[in-house]
Amino acid sequence: MNRFLQVAWLVVWKDLRVEARSKEMLFTTLFFAISIVLVFSFGFVRAGQAVEGAAAGILWIAMAFSGTLALGRAFERERYHDALRGLLLAPVDRPAIYLGKLVGLLLLLSLVETVVAVLVAFLFGVPFFRHGWWLFLMLSLGTVGFASVGTLFSAMLVRTRSRTVLLPVLLYPVTIPVLIMGVSGTTALVQAEPDLAMARLWISLLFFFDTVFLTLALWTFEPVMTE
Amino acid sequence: MVSLGDVDFERVTVSDVSRFYGRRRALSRVNFECASGEIVGLLGPNGAGKSTLLSVLATLAEPSTGRVRYGAWSARAGGAKLRAKIGFLAHDLQLYPELSARENLEFFAGLYGLDRCEARADAALASAGLEFRADEVVEGFSRGMRQRLALERAMIHAPRLMLFDEPFTGLDEASCTALVDRLRHLRGDGRIVIVATHDLDVVDGVLDREILLTGGKLQVLRQSGTLRERYRAAVAKRRGNEQRVKPLQRNAQDQDSEDENGASR
Amino acid sequence: MHRRLFPVLSGLSLCFFLVAPVLIVGAPYESTMGLVQKIFYFHFPAWMAMFLAIFILGISSGVYLFRRKPAADRLAVAAAELAVVFGLMGLITGPLWGIKAWGVWWQWDARLTMAVVLELILVAYLLLRQYGGAGSDRLAAGLGLFAMANVPFLYISTEIWRTVHPRTSVVPTLPVDFGVPLWWSLVGFIVLCLALLSLRCRLEEQRAMLDQLYLAVEEE
Repeated sequence: MNRFLQVAWLVVWKDLRVEARSKEMLFTTLFFAISIVLVFSFGFVRAGQAVEGAAAGILWIAMAFSGTLALGRAFERERYHDALRGLLLAPVDRPAIYLGKLVGLLLLLSLVETVVAVLVAFLFGVPFFRHGWWLFLMLSLGTVGFASVGTLFSAMLVRTRSRTVLLPVLLYPVTIPVLIMGVSGTTALVQAEPDLAMARLWISLLFFFDTVFLTLALWTFEPVMTE
Repeated sequence: MVSLGDVDFERVTVSDVSRFYGRRRALSRVNFECASGEIVGLLGPNGAGKSTLLSVLATLAEPSTGRVRYGAWSARAGGAKLRAKIGFLAHDLQLYPELSARENLEFFAGLYGLDRCEARADAALASAGLEFRADEVVEGFSRGMRQRLALERAMIHAPRLMLFDEPFTGLDEASCTALVDRLRHLRGDGRIVIVATHDLDVVDGVLDREILLTGGKLQVLRQSGTLRERYRAAVAKRRGNEQRVKPLQRNAQDQDSEDENGASR
Repeated sequence: MHRRLFPVLSGLSLCFFLVAPVLIVGAPYESTMGLVQKIFYFHFPAWMAMFLAIFILGISSGVYLFRRKPAADRLAVAAAELAVVFGLMGLITGPLWGIKAWGVWWQWDARLTMAVVLELILVAYLLLRQYGGAGSDRLAAGLGLFAMANVPFLYISTEIWRTVHPRTSVVPTLPVDFGVPLWWSLVGFIVLCLALLSLRCRLEEQRAMLDQLYLAVEEE
């Protein structure tokens, strides 16, 4: 187990080092997420007023869209020079590589989401921070669910030619439950009368989803990656 | 968790290995064996299946039929422990261009679970002749320098089986000679070396044996003449055979794949 | 095996489908919905056949992924295509009922949403197989497992949300007059699903054999 975590950490460290040097993924993903928020704002603002309840949806859609962008880019880096095969060739438990890539992505997305959450709260005047920890928990669980499926899918699509199209095509349907749970849970938190029981229910469902899909992804990573 | 050295082997046996992509055949009933202390050349025109065969040998791809044995082990039974004994210099160099030469080496040394990563990286940098550019990012390196670095990174764990895919690409005269010496040294060390290459003049006299692949099949090389002459004769003979089956092949080539382009002409 | 299985299964489902209209016509009119209620005899069995197909898809995907049996992969493709077809039946018959019952074609209720999501996943599966290129069978198997894993979330979400969709728990409590034709159609759909599955599998088998023959001819 020790070695497993060590390998995962090595992959995380490597990704952070690469990102620290180029900062490309952070900036492009962040900028993309902000544009998504703005684009949706133009779609949903009527007569200077935001449509009620749109904020939660915009927050989660920004997460999903920018997450897809980051996922695609993270594995494009591994594909470049075929480095992913270098990783697969190493004498490590392959799921550790998956875990490393996932954690690296989560770190990046958490930065992006913090900015997006503040921006949405500011633009739409929603009390995201009234139950800040609840929202934090919900966003974290939602992102884990989304990224755990996404990391597996983009890893397995590395070999296919039409990966850029196929990633969203496969990823969005499978992760729609995350979006439904996240949006409903967030709405329960920010509505005029916060419904904490409802929020707790959605959080536990998200947790359930994460457990199932993270286990499944760790379990299928090895056979899926063998050509 | 991986205790290295658990799995070791003296020979690699490829028996009846085929690899299909739908109707396209990348490898067809390939049989051969190599033992430690041998340098085996893997020759053949583009798309003959060399890269596929190397991927199979590296345990990255599974054969559609047939099997590969590493001593007493199969790829699946050996798992991570077997991978610890295999080194693969692929045609794509498997380096991270944003990392420095040293970081690349240390990262992979860490993945292989080696001790003294720094010392090993130093030694590898020295033998790649990159000591003075160790902390520069690989992005700025020339193809030859990258090739030398990738070579060291592929061999950092002193593997038993070393697979090279076009290792001479981009190397200057001096580096070529150094690499040839390196191959001889590996042979003396009791390793199994398999080199896929087109640089016939460079490897002439180094190889203990040649395996020629055309259209996914193993061919026999004539025994006399220079390597280039023997290669040409064998490829020409194969072409003659191919003329007869061409009409069928044309239909069979609608399937495509990214790593191989089917055509062997 | 399929050679004998298909005629038996198709004959059986033909029997069921010939008798089904008689039973359905014979069933009493439901008081509030009238004639439209009879869609239910198609709607519910179609969804059940879809779930059966998804279940087969998930299991055979797992077997293919971990045991590498080509037959499991062929079964998975067949099941995925059938799941799409039966899902479409459900998606078409649902709104036909909905326009009468709810007054709208579509309701964003959890059950409907998840039904559409499942249909989307299955179509994505077929897209992956079509455009994934070489080796996409392995990737599709991974997706097949994920598709099956999504099904429980469908059931959970219906229980949590107060849905407009009639609960599935009404099915066992139906009066006999409604129940008999319903169960009859259900069995008919399941048998039809299995018959088509065996037919589709045989097609894939023959395709694989043809591939092998091509390879063998080339070998000469």
